[in-house]
Order: sequence, then C-alpha cells, then structure tokens
Amino acid sequence: MLGVARRRLGSGTVLGQLMQTLRPAAAPRTYSAAAKEITVREALNSALDEEMSADPSVFLMGEEVGEYQGAYKISKGLLDKYGPDRVLDTPITEAGFTGIGVGAAYHGLRPIVEFMTFNFSMQAIDHIINSAAKSNYMSAGQISVPIVFRGPNGAAAGVGAQHSQCYAAWYAHVPGLKVLTPYSAEDARGLLKAAIRDPDPVVFLENELLYGESFPVSAEALDSSFCLPIGKAKIERQGKDVTITAFSKMVGYALQAADILAKEGISAEVINLRSIRPLDRAAINASVRKTNRLVTVEEGFPQHGVGAEICMAVVEDSFEYLDAPVERIAGADVPMPYAANLERMAVPQVEDIVRAAKRACYRAVPMAATA
Amino acid sequence: MAAASFTAAKFLAPVAARSGGDRAPPLPAIGAASARPRRGAQQTRLRTALAVSSDVLAGNKAAQAAAGEPVVTREEALEVYEDMVLGRVFEDMCAQMYYRGKMFGFVHLYNGQEAVSTGFIKLLNQADCVVSTYRDHVHALSKGVPARSVMAELFGKATGCCRGQGGSMHMFSAPHNLLGGFAFIGEGIPVATGAAFAAKYRHEVLKQSSPDGLDVTLAFFGDGTCNNGQFFECLNMAQLWKLPIVFVVENNLWAIGMSHLRATSDPEIYKKGPAFGMPGVHVDGMDVLKVREVAKEAIERARRGEGPTLVECETYRFRGHSLADPDELRKPDEKSHYAARDPITALKKYIIEYNLATESELKSIEKKIDDIVEEAVEFADASPHPPRSQLLENVFADPKGFGIGPDGKYRCEDPKFTQGTAQV
Repeated sequence: MLGVARRRLGSGTVLGQLMQTLRPAAAPRTYSAAAKEITVREALNSALDEEMSADPSVFLMGEEVGEYQGAYKISKGLLDKYGPDRVLDTPITEAGFTGIGVGAAYHGLRPIVEFMTFNFSMQAIDHIINSAAKSNYMSAGQISVPIVFRGPNGAAAGVGAQHSQCYAAWYAHVPGLKVLTPYSAEDARGLLKAAIRDPDPVVFLENELLYGESFPVSAEALDSSFCLPIGKAKIERQGKDVTITAFSKMVGYALQAADILAKEGISAEVINLRSIRPLDRAAINASVRKTNRLVTVEEGFPQHGVGAEICMAVVEDSFEYLDAPVERIAGADVPMPYAANLERMAVPQVEDIVRAAKRACYRAVPMAATA
Repeated sequence: MAAASFTAAKFLAPVAARSGGDRAPPLPAIGAASARPRRGAQQTRLRTALAVSSDVLAGNKAAQAAAGEPVVTREEALEVYEDMVLGRVFEDMCAQMYYRGKMFGFVHLYNGQEAVSTGFIKLLNQADCVVSTYRDHVHALSKGVPARSVMAELFGKATGCCRGQGGSMHMFSAPHNLLGGFAFIGEGIPVATGAAFAAKYRHEVLKQSSPDGLDVTLAFFGDGTCNNGQFFECLNMAQLWKLPIVFVVENNLWAIGMSHLRATSDPEIYKKGPAFGMPGVHVDGMDVLKVREVAKEAIERARRGEGPTLVECETYRFRGHSLADPDELRKPDEKSHYAARDPITALKKYIIEYNLATESELKSIEKKIDDIVEEAVEFADASPHPPRSQLLENVFADPKGFGIGPDGKYRCEDPKFTQGTAQV
C-alpha cells in the first residue's frame, strides 16, 4: 500500500516526501497483484542483460558504458558479464561511433548505441536520420537497420540549456524511425526488449529523473520473453470527463493531476503514449470520443511538438466529438534556464495540467501566467 | 578489443612492386609526388616494412627498369581492362542519357578515376564490403552489380538495384555487399568502419570464421572529405580497434570548385594516417597496376587482422563535379595533363607492350562493353516505373510498422491517404 501511495504522490508534494521517509518495520507487501517493485534503472539493465544473453549479435556501445558501468549506471555489470567485445567504451565521437553502429547494423549485427544524453545525439543526427532511418527505403528493403539509439532525454535537474532538450518531436518527425518513450519499469523493460528485437531503427527516449523511481511489476513482466508492442499506448487510468495524453515523466505528473481533479469531481483518463512514432491514434481517438475533451502534456518546446500532432490527429478523426478546444501543455518556449525557480516555471507542473483540464471542462479558471 | 587474438604472420620482406613502364612526370605544383615514403609512427609493431609502390619507385628505379616481366597475368590484365572500359563507357552513356532527359537530379560521373575503383575492388571477394559516396556508379559496377540494374536505377525504374528508390547517389546492393551510396560528405566512412567492425565481431565473438581471414571493407571518399570530423574520428577508432578496413582517398584535387589546396592546411592526406598510428600510403591513382599493388597489400593487411591503412590515390575526374557543374574553375593545362595520363589508354599501351593481348582482342572487349551498356539502356528504357503502391513500402522492415493497413491493403488506397493518416 505504502509503495503504491509513494509512487502516486511522487516526490513533488510534501506528503509524497513524507511518505518516502516512512518505512514499515517489517515491510510486508499488502497488495497481491504486483509481487515486486523495481526501479526503471533495474528494468533497463535487466532488459539489456536478457537480450544480450539471448542473441550474441546484440552489443552495446557508448561513452562510459563499460568500466564506468554506465554514466547513469544503466549498464552496470554488463562489461563483467559480456566482456569488452560486446560492451564497448567509445571515445567521445558521437558522429563516428553512431555511424559505426549503423554500419554494423547494415552488416548483420544488432547494436545498441547509448547517448549519454540525447542532446549529444545532435552530433550524430546525420547518421540517425540519413544512414539509419532512410536506408531501408532507399535500398528498397535490402538493407534494414536493426539498431537502437537509447539514452536519457528531456530535462533533468539544474543541468542548463544544452543538457535539457526533449527530442521526441524531432525524431518522431522522420519516417523510418520508431520513437519510444517509456514511463514505468514495465514500460522500460517491455519496450526496450521490443526495440532490440525490432528490425528497424528505434530511438528509445528514457528520462534521467525516472531512473531511480520504483514501480510495481508483475511476474509476467519479469519473464525474459516479455515484450510490449510498439505503437500501442496504455490507458494508465480510466476516466470519463477529459483525456490527458502524456509520455515519459509527464505521465507521473498527469496521474497526480488526475488524483487532484478527481477530488473536484472531474474524472480524467490518462493515456501513457509509450510510442510517439508510430503514434497510437486509434487509442487517443477512442478515448476522446468517450470523454470529448483533450489535454496533451509534454515536456518539450511547444511549437511543432508532440501535442500539436496529437491535436491534429484528433481534429482529423474525431472533430465532431470535441466539446472544447484541445488544450496543450508543454515546456516554456525558451531554452532551459539554470536558476531553480525559473527551471520550475519552464517545465510543466502538476498545477498546470490541473488548470488545463479544468479549462477544457469549462470550469472557469483564468489562465495563469506561464512564464 | 584485444588485437592479440589474431595470429597473423608478421609481414617481413617488402614486396618488390614493379610497376610497368614509365608514366608522365607528376604534376609539380601540388607536392603530391609519387616518391614519398611513409612517416614513422609511434608503435614499432606497425613499422615492419610495408612496401609501397611509391617507396619502391624511389629506391629501386634501376631494378625495376631492368625487369621485363609484367606485373599481372594476361587474365588479370584483361579483367582489369574490361572493368575500366565498362566504367568509362557506362559513365559516358549516363551523360548522354542525362542530356536526353532520361536521367535527372544529381548525377556525378567517375570518368578518369576508373583505376582506383578497378584497382581496389577487383581484388575483393563477394563477402567483402564497399562503401562509397555519391560518385558511386562505377564502384557498383566493379563490385559486380549488373550494368542494367544500375542503369535502370538511374532511370528511376522498378527494375533498378534499389527499385528506383535510391537513385544515382544511393546505390545499395545487399547480395554484392555494396553498402551505399551516401550523399553527405563523410557519411560513408563511419558506416564502412561499422561494417568492418561487424566483420571483426563476427570473427571474434560469433566465431564465424572464413578460411581467408577477415572480411575487408573499403571506404571510398574524396579529398574534401579528409577535412571532415568524421574522417578523423574513424581513423582513430579503426586503428584503436584494429578494424579490417582500407580508407581509400580519391584525391582528385577538387571539391566542386574548391581546390584541395585552398581548403586544406596540409594537403598531403596520406600523412594523416601515421598521426593515428596506421600506415599512410600515396599512390598514382591514374595507373591501375600501381593502385592494384598497393591495394593488394592494404587488403591483405586488413584480412590478416593488422588493422587499417590509409591510401591516398592521386587521381582526376575528367568531367565536372556533376552534370550540372560547368567546370569553369579548373585550368585547361591541368585537365590536359591528366587527360594524357588516362588510365585506360595507359593500360592498353602496357598490355600491348608486354604482349598480354592483341589490339583486336582489346577491341573486341570494347565492343562487348558497348553492347552491354547499350543493352542496359534498352532494358532500363523498357522497364516500368515503380507502381504507386511502392511509395509507402519499405519505410520499415517490419511490415506492420507502416505502409500496409490492418486489412492488408496498401495505405495509399486508403481514402484518407492525402491527410497523412498512417496508423499501425
């Protein structure tokens, strides 16, 4: 019970922080459905371990993935287990080693290229897009590229403008890429395993602040053949008044917002997108047809963002069902500031989501200044 | 990666590389003289005497002038001649077809550089890889892609090697291990390094070995690319991990209208190899036999697991950068200097001089090639355009990822196609 409450409240609220410090003496698990809790970090590590063990052509390359055990310890223990031939510490050469990964994928291996953060992927973006995404098309199906580009994406805490950008909209723009954004530990495990097994290039956007968060996982999710489908969203919470779509860290915020809204009599349905490309338009539309109102939440910059695409997807397919304009919550349209209070203002908070949902439900609340 | 896992025989004695006949004196101004030895590098292990035609030319001019033996057998000479003539005739036909409107977009022709492509690629096995740039027609032909497939691809027809999806700059052929065809300068170098990595990984980790040794990858690129960051990144990593790759610089002195000398602080590209710990070699790229000698050594080195080599070939393109380039900046005397060193004419002269074949045999090869290229054009002309449904195919290798709807029909038949709906 405490575990679930801890997760629901997160660390954003005082009560949440208090809950985190409370530890029951004997820690018995009182909920029966999920027997175990693991962190997202452990989930990713176990997924990498299992896939590398199952297929010897899978290998990991990136900066500090080997001896340092991973810049964020995601690849902990893998070097000892698989050796330096399969867990490669690269020099600081994103363009070079990403291209090497793509070339290896052209020629029959299944590389996992880790970017220390996706901001650094900009140095390699030519290879992600031109050599990887477009190759199956340009070669008319002869050269498929079974590569995974993974790493933390989006804002962390106080890391400044050059380390905080969200790349979901950038990569999701390109045909030929699959873009995945896990939230929970189950998402992380299932989607990473699916990505590694997938014959196409996958951009796997993790989140640094989620790495340490624990989530309950079912026994099925811990099985080594567990996999989640690419292109399918998950309804994290059922509701009937307003649909809130989110991905990655914002799913946690959306769930918190849904709790607050529930107290005010608004039942919010929270969709964890999981896959930005292909976007699960069917699930989003089905939900909007049920609730008639939509709030999209993302951490990245608003212009040309994921929310804009979701809005259009709904307008194209379910316009008559909308009872209110689509509300879009995104990060502030500025490079990420460093000062802690400014940073808080530049990233969506739970209150922003609550306010937007209320606006969508015509509960007259004036727009708050967002910057 | 432990290089010690290879039990490669130490390469001790220099190969006495005799090149046939004398060539026109090198162009003075550029300083890219053929008689430049490698510079020493840090690791002594690499400095076992690696003979290079250039080296030997400097030292053994007397010995070689005395040698009356050709450096190739008759079969090899004819194979090489035929391949170069195919490259030349094909490219000339491309120019014709372009001006007749059959070919469109960006077309970059290889006339004059045939010695590099033939000299290197004809030494490869089928399992070896070639990665090229946008000037890739002749690399494709040398690697074995049929002329009709390449021509049909250039015409944008469904029978092209990439079904018309790639075009002139993106030649891919999985059965021939031709891994592209890249438009961006320097883009192919890391991809080639990755293919070499895969070859070594398969040998060491997956334990799939071939009796010949490692599969070798050749990366072809130009002088302009040698100022690009990715080039240096890959020199570093290829040497660091001792990858079976040969970096082949086709130094034709010009990047569109930018002279190599205006763009590069140190124009001697082969010197950049030893800076990373690998041998750097310079060779006369207008002489296919010299290129072949150097290529043989570099490829064997890679196959044995001794790591990469940087080979700079001094060559020249007789036409402009592309068919849209008016080619006004290059001086006429430079062009005529290199025209006098036409690799095909030179080889023909060599073959006749050493009695490897008669004039009429060579003429019949030329006739055969003419027929092949004409047949390729007819084939391409007669081939159909890609069907409309091909537009959305092959975006993903996973067929449910895109292109085919849940009912099995093509997405473009969907009435909402123009709105961009493309659901999984």
